[in-house]
Amino acid sequence: MSAAPASHAPTVLPILGFGLVYALLTAFVDNSYHLLILTVVPVWAVMGLAWNLFSGYGGLVSFGHAAFFGLGAYFVALAQTAWGLSPWIGIPCAGAIGAVAGLVIGLPTFRLRGHYFALAMLAYPLALLYVFEWLGYQELALPMMREQAAAFMQFEDHRVHVLLALAMMVAAMLLTNVLERARYGVSLTAMKQDEAAAEAAGIDTRAWKLRAIVLSAAIAGAAGGFYAVVLLVVTPPAVFGMLVSSQALIVAMFGGVGTVWGPVLGAVVLVPLSELLHARLGDVFPGIQGVVYGVAIIAVILIAPEGVVWRWRDWRRRRQTIDLPSVGEAVLRPTVTRSASIRVPRTTTETVLEVRGLSKAFGGLRALQDVTLSVASGEILGVIGPNGAGKTTFFNALNGFLRPDAGSVIFEGRDVTGWSPHRLCAAGVGRTFQVVRPFRRMSVLENALAGAFVRHPKMEAARSAAYAALDRVGLAHLASTPAGGLSNRELRLLELARALAGGPRILLLDETLAGLAAGDVDDILDVVRSLAADGTTIVIIEHTMPAMVRLVDRFVVLDHGAVLVEGTPDEITTHPAVVDAYLGTKWRASRAGD
Amino acid sequence: MDFVQLSENFLQALVAGLLTGAVYGLMCVGLSLIFGVMRVINFAQGDFMMLGMYAALYIFANLTGVAAPYLAALLAGPVVFVVGVVVHRLLIARVTGLRSTALDSEGHHAQLMLTLGIALILQNGGLALFGSSPVSIPTPLASSAWELGPMAGDRLSVFVNQGQTIAAAIALVTVGVVVLLLARSRLGKSLRAAADNPVAAIYMGIDVERAHRLAFGLGVAITAVGGGLLASVYPFQPYIGLEYVIVMYAGVVLGGLGSVAGAFLGGLGIGIVQQLSTLVLPNQLQNTAIFVVFLAVILLRPQGLFGRAVRRT
Repeated sequence: MSAAPASHAPTVLPILGFGLVYALLTAFVDNSYHLLILTVVPVWAVMGLAWNLFSGYGGLVSFGHAAFFGLGAYFVALAQTAWGLSPWIGIPCAGAIGAVAGLVIGLPTFRLRGHYFALAMLAYPLALLYVFEWLGYQELALPMMREQAAAFMQFEDHRVHVLLALAMMVAAMLLTNVLERARYGVSLTAMKQDEAAAEAAGIDTRAWKLRAIVLSAAIAGAAGGFYAVVLLVVTPPAVFGMLVSSQALIVAMFGGVGTVWGPVLGAVVLVPLSELLHARLGDVFPGIQGVVYGVAIIAVILIAPEGVVWRWRDWRRRRQTIDLPSVGEAVLRPTVTRSASIRVPRTTTETVLEVRGLSKAFGGLRALQDVTLSVASGEILGVIGPNGAGKTTFFNALNGFLRPDAGSVIFEGRDVTGWSPHRLCAAGVGRTFQVVRPFRRMSVLENALAGAFVRHPKMEAARSAAYAALDRVGLAHLASTPAGGLSNRELRLLELARALAGGPRILLLDETLAGLAAGDVDDILDVVRSLAADGTTIVIIEHTMPAMVRLVDRFVVLDHGAVLVEGTPDEITTHPAVVDAYLGTKWRASRAGD
Repeated sequence: MDFVQLSENFLQALVAGLLTGAVYGLMCVGLSLIFGVMRVINFAQGDFMMLGMYAALYIFANLTGVAAPYLAALLAGPVVFVVGVVVHRLLIARVTGLRSTALDSEGHHAQLMLTLGIALILQNGGLALFGSSPVSIPTPLASSAWELGPMAGDRLSVFVNQGQTIAAAIALVTVGVVVLLLARSRLGKSLRAAADNPVAAIYMGIDVERAHRLAFGLGVAITAVGGGLLASVYPFQPYIGLEYVIVMYAGVVLGGLGSVAGAFLGGLGIGIVQQLSTLVLPNQLQNTAIFVVFLAVILLRPQGLFGRAVRRT
């Protein structure tokens, strides 16, 4: 995914063109077996696109999309048998049923992660398979409607089925194309790479997962409904079987996950291959379709785990970088004006953040003990203390990663104790991480964009907020660079920009200066100062004392999870307890000469 | 139905559950060994079990005597061990081991999908090799039973199937041998070291790659012996693995992912659930009952009934 162009035309035209060519080719085919293959290729492409919209972008691998497909297929077949409902109405209803199933399955299953999620998703369609066998629907045939064939999608000319399947596929591709550039794509892609960082950037990960599975399941349900009409017979293994879920996953993986064209390419190559081999060798090798998919998935995993489309994009990008002379970074790098190196102490006393009696224990380790402090509006508060003093735990309790055992956090007059990270981010609490957590596979702009949506739901507003944040930290010239290629200094600035894009009222900076050279430290200090000057309150954890003394208005010293002392830089650096617990006697010696 | 009749049905189902459960437990131990050592979810485990069943069938055809079905089941183990070692060396080793511990979720996805591919090939390749009609290993013991009772004044007796009892006994002994092997032998120690901390194990001179290969081979072989034992009780076909992969995962998750003793108890529990469910549910829904238990366990208590909340092995 790259920065979205202003117009969608360059990406929409190839999709429409592909549909048109496919439709034209169909006109020359009249063998009914070949027409059936031409019909099921788009059906499996739609299944792959459905799987891709959830697992491809979001990263939670579903082995159970057959559940939605099968429910859709059985609904269309049963509704026509029992109520005489036409598939023209039945298929959209099958989509709605898929959506409901997605919600019902998603709500409990999203509590699981990794292996457990994959196993649970595998169990749903298999459980449904046995239920439908028990219900007595081992083989459900759709009644033939010779009188009103068109009203029941039973066209004499099977080319109409190809066109219908094609229409579904083109619609799914256009939808994917729009979504991948919208908030949907940015949020899911961010979540896939680092769920915690996405939460902290204001992305409601649970809500996005639910939206994604509902949408994906709706498409799968509709595809299943259409499949029933094409085959005219529905059996539990054919629609709930392992091969259905596998096929959705394999066509998407083969072509390339997280792309519009990947699932389509996978279906166009693998479906005809397995069908034709089945027709040729089916009597001597009855399971050859499954073997083709098995070999395909193994080959993809071992040879090109990212899929064909990504391979091709990488190859093309490499050629382009060779062709284009790179523009010198120095030319484009904007100069950040240095503000005065010593801050004028602030005089306002309006409290933004108030922490009362905050405690958190991990087993027997009391990481935070009765921490009480308040932060004034526009203030820069430095949090220092030895390693293991509970500084990062304190931040985690402030931004919602941890629920404190006792105590409360009052932010701008509201009790926000126990709020989730994305909700706190929306309320105005931004943070960065001790070890940088950028979304490495996304561009610099997309990283900032991921943080901007929490304040600006509309794409245009979010984009300008993201640009403004990048400009503020001096990264605007790198907007389209992948975040994975940035230097440490740039990554620190990028995290700052991601937090800024959400318009925070308070910024929690966790060792933002760690591992930076002296000149780079100044760059970041300047940005932090200018933010504070504009009214953003800053709480910063840092070990680099000379930089901190120049930066902060006030210090809080944490030791063993408790507030040891607080005061102005002058008070702290001469406080005997602080020197003993943290600064050390060398510091005392070096200051003796001042 | 009066109370005596009800309790007879219950006891009968419980005995059947314990006997099948012991074999399920053995199968679960194999799966758990692989997960415990390699941290790999093997979707193809049920299909290696199916290979074990067919291996036992072909070995049985060349044997005679009352013990033949059980000997065949035990001999299926080494056959599938070789298959497992080869599959590991050629395919699985490329996406597991030290290289993948660095990759978080994406490494695991590659493993899951690779074993899915292997499962598809084994199932469908099996269809071509072995045909689709159900077969079984015939033994006269499968249709003879010991009668416990009559109890409760001649009105209650429980029948214990002889074939299933022998299968359960063999399963129990095999599990015992595996547990001893892991606890006492040099091989067991290297497997546990590789499971606990692969990097440290390498520094201690343990060939982790080899440990993984052996764990995979042993894991599928143990499950294959379980499959061979089941083959004399139930008919089977090449797609049978799919049913049992969920049975096995249900057992392993019930017992706590990664613990060998827990896996046996979990498998035993699943056998009991399956047989008791026949008292209230139609036969076709036996497996659905297992899925429900499985989903309930992973949603409510993902560390398993016998597992601790945080554990490495």
